[in-house]
Formats: sequence, structure tokens, C-alpha cells
Amino acid sequence: MTQKLIIIGAGMAAGRALEHLFETAPDAYDVTLFNAEPRGTYNRIMLSPVLSGDKNFQEIVTHTAQWYEDNNVTCRFGETVTNIDRAARTVTSDTGETLAYDKLIIATGSNPFIIPLPGHNLDGVIAYRDLEDTNAMIALGDKPDAKAVVIGGGLLGLEAAAGLALRGVDVTVVHIMGHLMERQLDEAAGYLLRKALVDKGITVKCSANSKEILGENGKVRALLLDDGTELPCDLLVMAVGIRPSIALAADAGLATGRGIHVDDQMVTSDENILSLGECVEHNGDIFGLVAPLYDQAKVLAKTLTGEDAAFVNKDVATKLKVTGCDLFSAGDFADGEGREDIVFRDPARGVYKRLVIEDNRICGAVMYGDTADGNWFFGLIKDRTDISEMRDTLIFGPAFQGGAAPDPMAAVAALPADAEICGCNGVCKGQIVDAIGNGATTLEDVKAVTKASGSCGTCTGLVEQVLSVTLGDDFVLPAAKSVCGCTDLTHEDVRRLIKSGELKSQPAVWQELGWTTPNGCHVCRPAINYYLLADWPLDYADDPQSRFVNERNHANIQKDGTYSVVPRMWGGITTPEELRAIADAADKYAVPTVKVTGGQRIDLLGVKKEDLPAIWFDLNQAGLVSGHAYSKGLRTVKTCVGSDHCRFGTQDSTGLGVKLEKHLWGSWTPHKLKLGVSGCPRNCAEATCKDIGVICVDSGYEISVAGAAGMEVIETQLLCKVATEEEAMEVISAMTQIYRENAKYLDRIHKWVAKVGLDWVKEQIVDDLENRQTLAERFELSQSVYRNDPWAEHAREKAQIYQPVANLTLEAAE
Amino acid sequence: MSWIDICSVAEIPLRGARIVKTSVGCVAVFRTDTEEVFATSDRCPHKGGPLSEGIVHGRKVTCPLHNWVFSLETGDAQGADEGQIATYATQIVDGRVMLDGSELTASVAAE
Repeated sequence: MTQKLIIIGAGMAAGRALEHLFETAPDAYDVTLFNAEPRGTYNRIMLSPVLSGDKNFQEIVTHTAQWYEDNNVTCRFGETVTNIDRAARTVTSDTGETLAYDKLIIATGSNPFIIPLPGHNLDGVIAYRDLEDTNAMIALGDKPDAKAVVIGGGLLGLEAAAGLALRGVDVTVVHIMGHLMERQLDEAAGYLLRKALVDKGITVKCSANSKEILGENGKVRALLLDDGTELPCDLLVMAVGIRPSIALAADAGLATGRGIHVDDQMVTSDENILSLGECVEHNGDIFGLVAPLYDQAKVLAKTLTGEDAAFVNKDVATKLKVTGCDLFSAGDFADGEGREDIVFRDPARGVYKRLVIEDNRICGAVMYGDTADGNWFFGLIKDRTDISEMRDTLIFGPAFQGGAAPDPMAAVAALPADAEICGCNGVCKGQIVDAIGNGATTLEDVKAVTKASGSCGTCTGLVEQVLSVTLGDDFVLPAAKSVCGCTDLTHEDVRRLIKSGELKSQPAVWQELGWTTPNGCHVCRPAINYYLLADWPLDYADDPQSRFVNERNHANIQKDGTYSVVPRMWGGITTPEELRAIADAADKYAVPTVKVTGGQRIDLLGVKKEDLPAIWFDLNQAGLVSGHAYSKGLRTVKTCVGSDHCRFGTQDSTGLGVKLEKHLWGSWTPHKLKLGVSGCPRNCAEATCKDIGVICVDSGYEISVAGAAGMEVIETQLLCKVATEEEAMEVISAMTQIYRENAKYLDRIHKWVAKVGLDWVKEQIVDDLENRQTLAERFELSQSVYRNDPWAEHAREKAQIYQPVANLTLEAAE
Repeated sequence: MSWIDICSVAEIPLRGARIVKTSVGCVAVFRTDTEEVFATSDRCPHKGGPLSEGIVHGRKVTCPLHNWVFSLETGDAQGADEGQIATYATQIVDGRVMLDGSELTASVAAE
């Protein structure tokens, strides 16, 4: 015989449970459905669109009278169950009727919490829970100059406020906490939300305590705050939260806490009574969002039909349904130990995104203003995806993660013509497309015509994408870029061929490697010059005419054509004599600006080219030599005072820094080379953003490489740890040499290491001691040529070329 | 034409330049790979960079400040850049570089 199933409550959870039940076992039970509200199941979540007028009630009804009839459900809507007799297995309703059950489902949901303020019983004080409340608010909109106060700045309260505002009601939100939606949002997002609501004409009062509801003739007149403010209103909506409705179950002697206790199968402490929805408590959790309730419905239906199923509570995401307030929150984003934040803010667009990371996984996400990626982040939270690989670009969403993410070409194709592609040269997409229209088919063509990608080069990929989007299949992304327009060979090819072909002069390179120009250009000449001197230190003589002006003139050219002169201060150590010589030189040559540099030395700015040999000569007399502040070579070794003076210093960091600088100075490298040596992990010499950094510790020296503090800021990665100064010197020599021998011209160590991998570098110079030694020897061989002061040489032998070769103004005046 | 003897070719670095001070400003005298000599204004029309400090390649020079490239023969900027530098007549006689003084000293000489 068919079992009798009674359900108390026809909310969304009960509705969904019945659907599942009828799907698998339509005839297993004879179902009676009680509902205190005089209607069947509707989508309560959609009451806000009904309030705002976006939908009408019929559109949000999920189960119609026809559906109940088709499924043989006996409906007792508008009838409240007042008593459960577990022993007799009967329920009694407010009509006095008693019905027997075999299985009972309690789905009484929740009750809106009404703060017991004086006056809370007044007419016009409502909650925001059901259709009656919604209709009361809609009705207020028809009244001219209507005012409403909403107590509660949570999800429901704000939806009520926004809906009322849309209906023309003058609304004030009163929130006890410091910012809105504090359970879903952090303070920053709460601030943006508040701003948006204020723009909609809603008054928002945070940190506001309600004291009393004032009435007149039994009807609400105003809300009184404890600071004495009186907020007049015709309607007062309390939306301060919900409480599981457990009275009926508790009276029947079922186990309850905050909610009705259920197990994983949704069974209460009585095996014949099940429960689900907002009225239950499962493993200490209670529920307010719909997703877990639907999961419960599925489990409960299976339990009823004797199938195995277990409810697992999962994270849920929240979206505020207020037009114009794009807001998303998911997971847990409270501050906590071991938790880190990634935050993105764009105040002008009103965009805020925050991810909370714990153990390389996202545990919470809050987004405001741009929530397009919300579901993607939510997926990462649910799947507990390890995000360490994509952490750098995580906050920018799936479009920036490569792989199966959205097509970047589509993004480029969607850019408007005036979108800037090359920031350095101010070239926008339209200009590039025009250039392509006029016949440009390669990156080089585009660069030649528009200058796009001609400066820092970071937009190269974008320019290529514009080419690809514009030309379609006619554009083939070059696999590797050639050195310049003079050759099709890449830097790597050229380096290899110089070594294997024993090419030892520039004309040999141009000839043997088929250069298309007679003697190269300003791009390839400095590169080839470097490769030749690095590979053949004894055979090839450096060609100053293939060097950029600074390296040719051993000083940095300034925008007005004058130069800056930076003498070396070994490890940042100087003497009164040196300082006097610098001061004297500054006086003598009328140096307009004297500046302390970031590399712990002094820059004399504004020296005339003609004066360079003379100022160098003067500085040489005090023992000062070139600081190579202009070179693609060793710049400085920055140090802290170390164990000599510092109470924290573990080793003689200054001494090691000076030794390193004296060892490495004068060497040419693919790009500039900066070192730092810190005497302890407090790292006062900022060694961990240098090309090569040393951190002294009690047990020795930690050598790390591949840092940067320029356009990108990158922390160094540990290469190895050594016990003695001698070992540290050898490792750093070998590191410098392996970089000199292998890197592409103008790649800093971090760029080069990113290409070859730190593991390879470790294999070569940490694991392979013999190789480390031969690299250090080759470095020493090169230094036998280059470890000298170019200033002294130029002052002595080349002073003449710093002067004009003739002066016709004098002759003419004669 | 009034040729002025400036210097020996060897005083100008190969693929390099020296400057000559004149009443119309500094003139850069370039020596190319093929032992040709060209004279132009030393001043880049873009931001005033000293062209004599640029890398000389073929019959072109690249400005050291922002990589504008100029033809030493015509003075025209190459590629996307628009501009021109003044060019002056030169000749090499017995290893000596000669510059046409009529354009360079005229204004002062007339005084």
C-alpha cells in the first residue's frame, strides 16, 4: 500500500524535492503539502525583480495548480501545521484536522528576524520575505512623496531599498555595521557599493544604531537612531537576517540547535521525519542561499526512495540583483593567518577585485564593477585549483591565462581603432591597420612606418596580433625574430655561428653570414661587437664605432648633449680625499648638478664633452676611475656595512662587495650587470632585486640571481649557498661568464635565465665544479684585457677626439 | 666654392665623425666604411641630438638620442620619421678633408 508523505512548507527546497521524488518514484507516496502562505511554490529569490517591476508574480511561480494536480499532490495552502505527534505519527493543523503520516518532511524554512525595538508591532513595519511584504512595498510606490527606511544593509535589505527607489520611494538604508554587506564584501567593495547606491538616490547610513520606531495612531511615523536622528517613513522594512523556523520541530521533541539537526541523508533525530531547507542545521551550518538547498532536495528525494546519497555542503557564490551594481562574492574572505590578498583597483572605472589566497588556492573572491570573471574564480574556489602557476596574472581572469582560455586574437580584433598599442611612441591600432593597408606585412614593416614596438618592445606581441587579425592567413607569426633588418638570423644563430665558424671580425660576420647591408646598422653593430669581444677576448679588438654613444664616450649623454660623469666607489666606500677631488672637479668644470646615485656613488651631471678628458684626468689623480655607469657591463656592487659595524651583520659584506667589484669591473656583458651584497637577511643592500645578489648568513653566503628592479620588479632566485668567500667569488665569476657567453645582447640575466631555465644554470655552475672553474678561468682571461680604466686611457691617448676637429668661427672672424 | 682644409681623413674615425664649429652651428663630418666623407648639420631636427655621436652605417647615421636615421647624402630622415638635416659639400684632396666654406662662413665673412 502507498505510504503517506506529509510535507510542511512549500518553499523552494520542498518544491525541488518533490520534483526529484516524482521523477524517480511518481507513485511511491501519497503526498499532502501544507503551506502557511496561501499559495504553492514560487521562486522567492525573484521577489526583488517583482519589487523593481522587472517581473510580475506569475513569472516567478515555479509550481502551478496544474502541476500539483498532475502529480496528485493534495494541497493545503494557507493552512498552518500546529502540532506533530511523533508517537502517533500524526500532524494537526490550525483547522483542527489531524492527519497520519508514514514519512514527514519539515520544510518550514526561516522567519525574518524582527529586532524587538520599541514600536516593532506598529502598522507599516514589515520584513522582506514573501509576496505580501513585496506587495506592501509596491503599493507604497503609488503614494506620492512616500518615504521608507530599510534597516539592514545586507543582500536582502539592499535589494529592497533598490526596488523601492525604482518605484519612486525616498529610501534610507540604516546599517549597524561599518560597511554594507559585510558578510559578502570587504570594506573597499562595500564603499564602492555604497557610492553606487547613493548615485541611485538612496541615502545610506552605516554604523547607525536604531533606537526606537516612532508611531502615530498605531502606524509607523519615523525611525529614531540612538544619536537622536529621526528618519521619517511611511514604511519600515526590517531586513536584518533570517532565523531557521524550528519551533514546530522543537515542540515535537526533535533535536535542534540553531536549526533542526539533520544527518547527511537529511533525516532528523526521528527516522520517520526528514527536513531540508533554511530550517535545518547540518554539521553546524545553516543555509540561506538556494544552491545548497537544491542539493539537499536531491539527497532527500533519494533517501525517500531508499537510494544512497549524502549531502555535502559546498561553497556558494553571491550576486546582488540590483541593476547597475555589478557585484560578486564567493567563498570566505575574512582576513586570517596564512591568507594573502591579490587586489586590483581601478577607481576611475569603479572596479575592485580581490582574491583571498590560502595555500596557493583561492578561498574567497570579491568583485565589484566588473564581475565577468566571477564564475571562473568561483570554479577555481570550488575545484580547489592550485593557482601558483598563474598567480602573476590571476586577477586579470581567464583571458590572460593562455591554454583553453578565450582567444586573445578576438580581444585584439575587438579593440577600437583609437586603442593605443604602443605606449612609448603613441601608436594606436588604427595607424597600424592603415600601415598594413598600405602594404606593411611584417613587424619590421610596421615598425619602420609607424615606430610601433620600436622602443621598449613590450607591445611587440600586440602588434603581431594586429597584423595577424588584419592580414588573416597571410601573416605568419615569425618563429624567432632576426637580429635586425640586415639578416634573417636570430641572435642565438649568430652567437652559435660566430663560435663554430670562428668568426673573429665584424666584416667576417657580415660576409660569412650574408648580411644584406654593407656594414650593418645601429641595431646589429653593437650586438655583433659584443659577441665578438665576449667570444674572442684576445683576438678581437673592441670597435668604439659600433658602440652606442655612452659606451664610446665613457659617459652618459644627457638630453642637452652634455654628459654625466660617475667615478667608481668600490662597494660604495669612499674617502675624504676622493670626496675632495670630486668636489674640486665639480667646481673646476662648473658641474651644475651633483647627485648621489642608487648605486652608492656620486654623479656629476652636465659636463661638456670637450671637458671629459680633463675631468677624468683630474679624478684619476685622486685614484678615482670610471664607474662604467654608462655600460652594458658591470655597474656597481651595492653593499651594506656588514659585520664591521652593524650589530646584525653576519659576514664582511662590504669587504666581499669591494672584492667582487674589483674582480668584475671593466667587463662587458650582454646588458648591464648590478650586484648587491647584504650582510644579513635584513638585506639593506637590496641584493634580492639585483642581477646577482649575495645574502650573508652565519653559515656562509646565499647567492641568488635573476632579479630586476626596472620596468619589471623581480625577486632573485636562489642559485646556491656556499661556505666561503672564495667559493662565492668563483660562483659569481662563473655566473657572469656563462651569461656573457650565452645570452642575447640586451637580455638582462633575468630575461636570459627565463629562457634557459635556472635548472640549466645550476647544472652548469653549481653541480659541475669543473665547468664552474673553467668558466671562471675564461672570465679571468677576458678580464686580463678589460680590467682597466678607460678614462685614463682616453685622457692619455684620445683626448683630441673629444675636441672639434676644426673651428671655422675663429678663422672667419680673423 | 671656397674649399677649406679641415683635417686629414685619418683624424676622423672609420664609421665615425668629428665636429667642426662654424658660424651656422656645429657641422658633423662623417667618414664611411668606404672612405667617403660627408658633412651635415650636427643637430637632429627631432630633439637636437648630436648626430656626430651616432652609429654610422652605410651612408647613413642613426641619432644617438632616439634612433632617427638620416641619409648622409640627401639629409633626409629615413623610415617613418619626417625631417631633413642640412648637407654640405666635401671633397678629399691628397688625404685632406675639404669643406665648402662659402655656405659656412658667408654670414660672418660678409660683416
